[in-house]
Amino acid sequence: MFGRGLRTLSIASLVLVLGAFSLVFFYAPNDADQGFVQKIFYLHVPLAIVALGGFVTGGIYAVRYLMTGDRAHDLRSYVAIHLSLILGIGVLATGSIWAKASWGAWWVWDEPTLVSFLIVFLLFACYQPLRFSIDDPERQARYAAVFAIIGGAFVPLNFLAVRLAQSLIHPRVLSTTGGDMPGSMRLTFLISFLAMVCLFVTLWKYELASKHASMRLRRLRRALAGDDAAGPLARTAAPTQL
Amino acid sequence: MSAVAALIRKDLRMELRTRESVPSMFLFSLSTFVLFRFGLDRETLAGDLASGVLWVTLLFAAVLGMNRLFVAEREEGGFDAFLLAPVDRTSLFVAKATVLFGFLVAVEIAAIPAFAVLLLGPSPFQALPGLLAILVLADAGIAIIGTLVGALAIQTRARDLIVPLIALPLVLPVVIAAGHATSPLFAQAGAEALPARWLGVLGLYDLVFGLLALAVFDFLLED
Amino acid sequence: MAPAIELEDVGRAYGERTALAGVTLTLEPGRTLAVFGANGAGKTTLLRILATLLRPHAGRARVLGRDLPAEGWAVRGRVGLLAHDPLLYRELSARENLEFHAQLHGVALERVEALLDQVGLRARADEPVRTLSRGMAQRVAICRASLHEPELLLLDEPLANLDPGAAEAVEPLIGRNAGPARVVISHDVEHGLSEADLVLGLRKGRAEFVAARAEVAEADIRALYSAPAAAREARA
Repeated sequence: MFGRGLRTLSIASLVLVLGAFSLVFFYAPNDADQGFVQKIFYLHVPLAIVALGGFVTGGIYAVRYLMTGDRAHDLRSYVAIHLSLILGIGVLATGSIWAKASWGAWWVWDEPTLVSFLIVFLLFACYQPLRFSIDDPERQARYAAVFAIIGGAFVPLNFLAVRLAQSLIHPRVLSTTGGDMPGSMRLTFLISFLAMVCLFVTLWKYELASKHASMRLRRLRRALAGDDAAGPLARTAAPTQL
Repeated sequence: MSAVAALIRKDLRMELRTRESVPSMFLFSLSTFVLFRFGLDRETLAGDLASGVLWVTLLFAAVLGMNRLFVAEREEGGFDAFLLAPVDRTSLFVAKATVLFGFLVAVEIAAIPAFAVLLLGPSPFQALPGLLAILVLADAGIAIIGTLVGALAIQTRARDLIVPLIALPLVLPVVIAAGHATSPLFAQAGAEALPARWLGVLGLYDLVFGLLALAVFDFLLED
Repeated sequence: MAPAIELEDVGRAYGERTALAGVTLTLEPGRTLAVFGANGAGKTTLLRILATLLRPHAGRARVLGRDLPAEGWAVRGRVGLLAHDPLLYRELSARENLEFHAQLHGVALERVEALLDQVGLRARADEPVRTLSRGMAQRVAICRASLHEPELLLLDEPLANLDPGAAEAVEPLIGRNAGPARVVISHDVEHGLSEADLVLGLRKGRAEFVAARAEVAEADIRALYSAPAAAREARA
């Protein structure tokens, strides 16, 4: 059900990621101010955009779940948010490394996007604990969906508030040479971004297919060998039935 | 009598009878002020610092209120009783949010004078009109989020833990906006003008989350 | 006039566990359905589905002529539920609780007074529910369930904790001749059977039998509470 096109996507991801790496290391020019370390930008920004996109996607699938009751949407929502959280850790880590290399501090409060991202991350980090603390699978899915919708709506509002809170005099700390990116940088960024999107979608589909397979396996086992054959379901944050 | 009015009346009656939420929220605020005095090692505060301390304290007190908001419904079958009635389910949200707003106002009526006495350097009287406007908008935002999160958390196992975890990030824009709006009011040299754009942010936040809450609340009550 | 209840293969799952499955029956207005079954057999689940508190996961359910869950909103207010939990706020008095429910259901406050009189709780109507004995709380709960004059009463062990005097007092409100169709869960086999028109026997969520009172023997019901092998033996 979820595994369609997985091979093509995997190959595409591999090609794009390798392509992006080569472009970053051999093609993109070194930044005038920050030197080589600026290249982490090609990892950090795509990670951030895709992670935020993942959170919003989770919210969209949550809406679809509430509207249709089809638990496949809940599974998609769960996996999207779950993956975005992992990417989010990457965003914060790469942002931190970049800040340290450029400015000597592991964290900079002056970078509004990074701060907003931290807040969004803190919010969505509650998604799995919330799910885990609800036993009834249907209620778990429903409450998680409500939470994902609130979180999704929160993302833009949060960015607005934090942006306003930063004094407009403060320069953007973690940015490149302003809005005018030379063509080579732009191309590298584009490929890196595409690679990240492709990778995310591939991983997303893999996890969906894997979870779905486990569900079917369990259902088959129970159908063939009786209700007790598969053992009781452990408490889990992930959806267990479609 | 409309359902919302009946629900509000019931909750206010319960609060008057049990005196659980409002006194605790107030006492907690006082303790937090004392904590800040020692934690920051300052005896008077002004400007940014005063604003921050006030808003963080109010927020933590609000979390206490959020935790208690749906407890009676959960433990005494109030959800079922409400769900059996031929009333619009969002009336529960409106009623609870109004009650939480009311609790916050009640606490602030006592806590802000306490703050002025204990920690605030400059005189509060000039700041009052602006502060009132900020309080109304910010309390509305906190009440909306608090009711949503309270309802979300009440059916989970770890409800007292989930509420602060989820509510604090969600309420952060309110704290940012309210804090920035309040700090010029507490300026050492005398209250400065209230920056209106922050009121705009608060208003927008209230509107967006208010509408969202109304849309989404039903799903938390269904089974 | 439409049947009070029409169930066709109704089911509900809780995660992987089947709470209820394959329940099919029709209950005419004014009649009584008695539900029997051991603990965990699905009786409460059935009651909650009929009360519109739970959505059926399978089959078709119609209550008072309306489909559930799509038209659940039209059924609320016409159904009265007496659950295991009295559904009363313990810090409020009986009168305050009933007035609250009256306001939610749009019922005149005079009815609250009439009901309090009927069940003999006028004297203690202003004391917090937590000070009342279980029997008294049960009486208040019965008032709550019948306050809005429902067309269908869902009663989970209505006479539990009631002394004979109290049982008699509530008879006109929720008894066989009170008027509304009733679904009664009871562990008192003799009494439950005597009041029933239709009998449903549940075992582990499945309907073991649905039959008119005349066709059911006490032994069949007692068999529900014992292990399956013994039950088959008893029926043989």
